[in-house]
Amino acid sequence: MDVDRQGFIRELREICGDNIITDRPRLRVYETDGLTAKRQVPWVVVLPSNISEVQQIARLCDSHRVPLVARGAGTGLSGGATPHAEGVLLSLARFNRILSVDSENMLAKVEPGVTNLAISEHVEHLGLYYAPDPSSQIACSIGGNVAENSGGVHCLKYGLTVHNVRKLKLVSPQGDLYEVGSEAFDSAGYDLLAVLHGSEGMLGIVVEVTVKLLAKPEAVCVVMSGFASVESAATAVGDIIATGILPAGLEMMDKPAIQAAEAFVHAGYPTDAEALLLCELDGIEAELQSQLDILQAVLQKNNALDISVAHSDADRARLWMGRKSAFPAVGRLAPDYFCMDGTIPRKQLARVLGEISELSREFGLPVANVFHAGDGNLHPLILYDANLEGDLEKAEQFGAKILELCIEVGGTITGEHGVGLEKIDQMCVQFSPAELAVFHGVKAAFDPNLILNPGKAVPTLHRCAEFGAMHVHAGQDKFPDLERF
Amino acid sequence: MTSRDMTTLLLEQVQKATAHNMPVTIEGQGSKRFYGHTAAENTACLQISGHSGVIEYEPGELVIRVRAGTPLADVNQLLSSNRQMLAFEPPDFENRSTMGGVIASGLSGPRRPYAGSARDFVLGVRMITGHGEVLEFGGQVMKNVAGYDVSRLVTGSLGTLGLILDVSLKVLPEPEAEVTLGLPIARQELQSRLRSMQDMFPLSAAAHQDGVLYLRLSGSEAAIQSARQKTGGEETDSGFWQKLNTLACFSSAKELWRISVAPASQIFLKEAEVIDWGGGLRWLVDPGFDPREQLAGEDGHATLVKYAEAKLPAGVELFHPLPPHVLNLHQRLKQQFDPAGVFNPGRMYRAF
Repeated sequence: MDVDRQGFIRELREICGDNIITDRPRLRVYETDGLTAKRQVPWVVVLPSNISEVQQIARLCDSHRVPLVARGAGTGLSGGATPHAEGVLLSLARFNRILSVDSENMLAKVEPGVTNLAISEHVEHLGLYYAPDPSSQIACSIGGNVAENSGGVHCLKYGLTVHNVRKLKLVSPQGDLYEVGSEAFDSAGYDLLAVLHGSEGMLGIVVEVTVKLLAKPEAVCVVMSGFASVESAATAVGDIIATGILPAGLEMMDKPAIQAAEAFVHAGYPTDAEALLLCELDGIEAELQSQLDILQAVLQKNNALDISVAHSDADRARLWMGRKSAFPAVGRLAPDYFCMDGTIPRKQLARVLGEISELSREFGLPVANVFHAGDGNLHPLILYDANLEGDLEKAEQFGAKILELCIEVGGTITGEHGVGLEKIDQMCVQFSPAELAVFHGVKAAFDPNLILNPGKAVPTLHRCAEFGAMHVHAGQDKFPDLERF
Repeated sequence: MTSRDMTTLLLEQVQKATAHNMPVTIEGQGSKRFYGHTAAENTACLQISGHSGVIEYEPGELVIRVRAGTPLADVNQLLSSNRQMLAFEPPDFENRSTMGGVIASGLSGPRRPYAGSARDFVLGVRMITGHGEVLEFGGQVMKNVAGYDVSRLVTGSLGTLGLILDVSLKVLPEPEAEVTLGLPIARQELQSRLRSMQDMFPLSAAAHQDGVLYLRLSGSEAAIQSARQKTGGEETDSGFWQKLNTLACFSSAKELWRISVAPASQIFLKEAEVIDWGGGLRWLVDPGFDPREQLAGEDGHATLVKYAEAKLPAGVELFHPLPPHVLNLHQRLKQQFDPAGVFNPGRMYRAF
């Protein structure tokens, strides 16, 4: 980096006063996000407290070509907020206010550092809520949800973050403040709102988010059932969809995940089952009972072992608690775990889970599966011990194999956690050089000097060539024009 | 339904156009010629209606993948025979809209506020950009955050970023039953009435015209019966929605403005001929003024949908003017996707 470091930090101080961190012990707090396998102490951390400061910081970084990485709560699982050694880490932690609630238009305007759950809690007295509910919702910030286009257990029916955000206010890398989207149901021009969702902090810095609120459903119930095999649970999922019922949530766990969750939170899961389905139905009272009858008939037809129905808030919360705590619960089984995030067509579920357990034997690493079954989003958790020589590398290779398997069956390497640093090499498998070039074009349109979150989300073509592994897609070498390294 | 893959031919045509900087108008059956600026006279037409057919449809996956030239009516029929639907209810103009145009225009029908918009249901596209290559973005799965969301960016871009070859869409189950109700309600009472229905779940459309609030309830028989007790109103012709969606109810308009605002906005409440989307969409017929001036303080936008070409002042935009930074982003994206500027130049905004 060709910049007068002391001078640059002086300028940062002029912008945000004491809200700047330069000493190593305090910088270390920021060295990782939820992907703890990747660590990097940032050069400097700033914690601006208003939009004008963010604009000035962006302008300063852009003019000196200093990398700028925005960070919300740091709960992301793909290394999207991993700092840059030569860059500024911009924490949006001080942007933590809910600015307004418009119950007439069912919208809330919030700052990006507000946690996902805080929005629903804030509007609960109005009978409203914010639908996307990633498992980390008590901690993750709405700005981070936008950056990753987060999902959750209810997105089969209620959609992802992109379906639930109406408008964003952003700071461009040149320090311009602008808005995309609208409080109306659509806006003029290109759908920039959609492009910014899931863009992993590569295109702009979100400083305000207007979310859509929904009225709480009149009635909700959660049905839990165990199965003697993963296959029969998978068939049941397809059969449920085929009835025409759209469940609010439809989740599956395999035996290791069931046992870990049960031991951790005592949700009342059947620990002898090979697979567990959680199906939430919501809507109006008059409709729910008939749907429940149909659902139970489908489950019985697929030889569900024990079916229980939770109606009360407390019972439903208990059943979901097991699922939402599955990651930390599995985390107790081994010193470290890797969480994968591939999405596949639902019909491929049994095949993919079968191959994952074969890979597990091959690599000698146990795996537990948590699965957004309704929308085909898999979360295999690979257990390893970073202190064992070679274990991390094995886990990474195992993970890469799973992602490549997801692509092979017509799926994608990431459903909701993002590419970040973690899956950047697998992007070379999923996309052709020409497709990656389009992504670089989008990046250049928003961030011409490429200062935002460099090295994440979209690999350079040379990185793909180096990654090699000779990815053959439809019988063709993907990089015929590039030199091999 | 005919099925034909014309990718190779279309690719050649695009490559020829970009090599010679020859602008093209992308067209299926031409049902939306009225929408957006007219192409310059010498512009060649790139016909995609022959590139048609359903590539993949498995009802259990809730996904359909179709070629751009496939008629919307065929898709609707196929889905309906499997008790599924395109939940964003795209308008079928003159019964000859094709899927490419459905996605390129990004228009959604009366169900939009309750089920989502065209882009909400787009899972992936295959397209040809101005670099003369066949590219694929997104896919056939419900959740996908690998790479920027180019498929949704292309949705509603009026063909200015490239030629859509095929599109994968999420489909939803058809409601078990549906009923349209008419309630006599004065315009000034409309919003308080709509507000009282905010938590009414079977509601799938709400529009107001000539002193009547039209409501559509969709769901199980039980759900509809229970909601009807709250709404009141008489059952009326469900054809109302089709006429509204295809703008047939505005056939006598010389000038038609589409105003999209937050549902509770107070603007044009009185002036609007029809209010759709539970308040969020207001149609002005021959207003005799430019509604965009009054929209200045509002969070919304206006589109001149129907107009007399001869009366259109030179240089006027049909779509709502964009703020400078946002217009700049549009131009830079256009430059990246279509460096030679061949795809539908000026169709959306004169600047690109």
